Amino acid sequence: MAPVGRLLLILGLVTTLYGLGASLYGARAGGRAWVDSGRRAMYALWGMTAIAFVILDVAFVSSDFSYNVVASGSSTTTPTLYRVAAIWSTQQGSLLLWLLLLSGWSSLALFLTRRRVREITPYAQAVLFGLTAFFGGLMVFFANPFATSSTPPTEGAGLDPLLRHTTMMVHPPMLYSGYTLMMVPFAFAIGALITGRLGADWIQVTRRFALAAWLCLGVGILLGARWSYTELGWGGYWAWDPVENAALMPWLCTTAFIHSIMIQEKRGMLKVWNASLVLASGSLAVIGTFLVRSGILSSIHAFVSDPTLNFSFVALIAVMVIGSIALVTWRREQLRTEARLDSLVSREAVFLFQNLVLVALTAVIFWITFFPLISEAITGTQISVGPPAFRPFVVPLALIVVVLSGVGPIIAWRRVTLAKLRRSFALPVLATTVALIVLLVVPGVIDHKLALIMFCAGTFVVSSVLQEFVRGVRARRAMTSEAPLIALGALVRRNRRRYGGYIVHAGVALALVGVAASTSFQQSRTATMAPGQSVQLDGYTIRYVRPTATATPEKISFGAILAVTSGRQQIATLHTSYGLYPSQDPTRPIGRFFDGSNETSVGLKSGPLQDIWTAINPNVSALQGLINQGDARFTKFLSDAMAMPAAQRTRALSELYSLRDLAIRGLAQRFVTHPWAPTFLFIVSPLVTWLWAGALLAAFGGLLALWPLPPPRRRVTPPSPRDKPGEAVAAPEARARELV
Amino acid sequence: MIASYVIVLAVLAGAVFIISAPLRAERGEAGSEEQATRIAELEAARDAKYHEIRDAELDLRTGKLSDEDYEAVDQALRAEAVEIMHALDAVAPAGAGIRAGE
Repeated sequence: MAPVGRLLLILGLVTTLYGLGASLYGARAGGRAWVDSGRRAMYALWGMTAIAFVILDVAFVSSDFSYNVVASGSSTTTPTLYRVAAIWSTQQGSLLLWLLLLSGWSSLALFLTRRRVREITPYAQAVLFGLTAFFGGLMVFFANPFATSSTPPTEGAGLDPLLRHTTMMVHPPMLYSGYTLMMVPFAFAIGALITGRLGADWIQVTRRFALAAWLCLGVGILLGARWSYTELGWGGYWAWDPVENAALMPWLCTTAFIHSIMIQEKRGMLKVWNASLVLASGSLAVIGTFLVRSGILSSIHAFVSDPTLNFSFVALIAVMVIGSIALVTWRREQLRTEARLDSLVSREAVFLFQNLVLVALTAVIFWITFFPLISEAITGTQISVGPPAFRPFVVPLALIVVVLSGVGPIIAWRRVTLAKLRRSFALPVLATTVALIVLLVVPGVIDHKLALIMFCAGTFVVSSVLQEFVRGVRARRAMTSEAPLIALGALVRRNRRRYGGYIVHAGVALALVGVAASTSFQQSRTATMAPGQSVQLDGYTIRYVRPTATATPEKISFGAILAVTSGRQQIATLHTSYGLYPSQDPTRPIGRFFDGSNETSVGLKSGPLQDIWTAINPNVSALQGLINQGDARFTKFLSDAMAMPAAQRTRALSELYSLRDLAIRGLAQRFVTHPWAPTFLFIVSPLVTWLWAGALLAAFGGLLALWPLPPPRRRVTPPSPRDKPGEAVAAPEARARELV
Repeated sequence: MIASYVIVLAVLAGAVFIISAPLRAERGEAGSEEQATRIAELEAARDAKYHEIRDAELDLRTGKLSDEDYEAVDQALRAEAVEIMHALDAVAPAGAGIRAGE
């Protein structure tokens, strides 16, 4: 089926070029039929890409090693579930996933907007086709996923062990969905700038796509952090790795965008800012993809560097950035704002300030992430700065964002009186003051001032959000006499965008409290221990009970059972293991089973207040002498067997490989029968669970805000057209009941 | 190999059928399409304004806006909504039956 896949990609590229031409011709000549035909070309492209994707994934699942990508990214020993996901562990497969998602989201966006913003749509369509042409072209000309070998290997190289993790099945598609969803508002912004239709129309039709991009990127970042925490064996969840930052930057920029578009929707303000933000978010999404694809910056996540792809991506990014700047400059007169801020004490003023901080945060992360490349361009040497360079800038800016996310919900649009302001702030400030007093009593907290400020800021946000929910429920109950929970449900259902947003704020605040606590108050130590020995950490006694070892065709695994006690109380039993995957080195018939890729399975006891975390390094060098002897003997036996006549050789080789498997199992079992001392990393971190729980809460809030709201005209008594502009319409209680 | 070509040709035929449909179909008048677009935009603007009116009312009920501030904000929003509805009536007089998507 490889030729079918290849032909479908070529056909997809031809369809893309047709769609691009039809959209532009339709836009210039005013031919709606051509624009509609172009839109349908996007549906067709998605269909072709989906078939091609299924063909390639079937090849992965069936371990068809005639496909080069299957041979390099999978193996018969890779579990079936991971073979399904192995497609996006390869460069070519991930490009195909990008095209599938981009054409899918584009089809959805073009379908939903087929009767809206008709002047903008043809150009947005053309931009989306331009992007699909880029990724389709890459696969047709430079990175063919359907390339085959006439002499396929009997076994594949296997999926990178680090990727054999359930979150890795979802993490890349979520990030790619975020990147590709962001292309929709990007394309419509370009369309709006080209046509000069710069009102809020394009924002209204693409707002959900920006929100969905934000949600997918956020969930992708969360899953990546969880994978790092439970799989990489270093005990952290965020390392300021360039590829991690590549997802964080567009997420921050999109966070700013989904707040500032509310100001344009409501007030007609910030048009230049919004256009710039969405264009920056779109460009950052492609830059993020480039960082993963190119490997230009050192990262554990990056693919191998490919000069052809690198040049192509740099050219695309240059076109996107220069084109965006040129369009905004060209339309600067029409982008002038229609209104001014009524007051600096208003929600739009808070949003504006929050936007500035978020953009500053993005700029700081961008600068430090790319600093090694900048330094190389200037000095000729790549200077790596690492995580410590981020903290002095990121932590204070993040604190400001958290505080503002508490202020936003309790302050009204347009204007607010001092008395109302005092009333709105009273409870959150009181809660924050109480939290501060309590925290000051807790030993050691005062020594970590930034963490203390984050705890107080988190309390402020959560209390302000809770206050909003209580006030909303109270207002609804005053008019409907509903039970509190029913009133809460109705309130949220009728105001999903508002209350979904509030939940996001609370979730992010809780997550950042978890980050502050776990980074500031973490206790860790490494220890090399023999079975029966124990160490003390943060009041816990951790005893190495016994070693474990297993050997399967997929991997050799060395592990340990550890008992955690506090005084006489048993707290947890932890099991950590270290998996060794075979390399393809033919010169080391025994050693290759011990020197391939590796992965760590951590031992973890998670609790609402504290995590106890451990990872083992089995120090396989203790077996090196035996492994070298095995290599020498097996190589000799192998050459003797190869010298035998054909009939005897097959039997001898079969016996030899059986003996080899026995020897490997025996070597692995020595970890149990003749135990040596492995090295353990132990970490006790407070409130890590708050990070995951807060992030999940934020994702739930995002989903709530994303959910479509019924048209308001069904529930709002509209002003009559007979009313004169400027004439107030009375708001009786009965109508207010419908509104709240 | 022949099966591969048959599959690709089938996909190609399906794609051509789908893509060419608008070019084969008879088109309505350009004027009515422009009108439908304008109506859709005005309806979207009206809906957004209704959401703003609801938001302001919710701010009043939850104690974020004083009565005086609410009166001013609400009055301005309703005036804007009325302007949109006048524009909507001018484009599609009541009973004309032309609405986006119809």
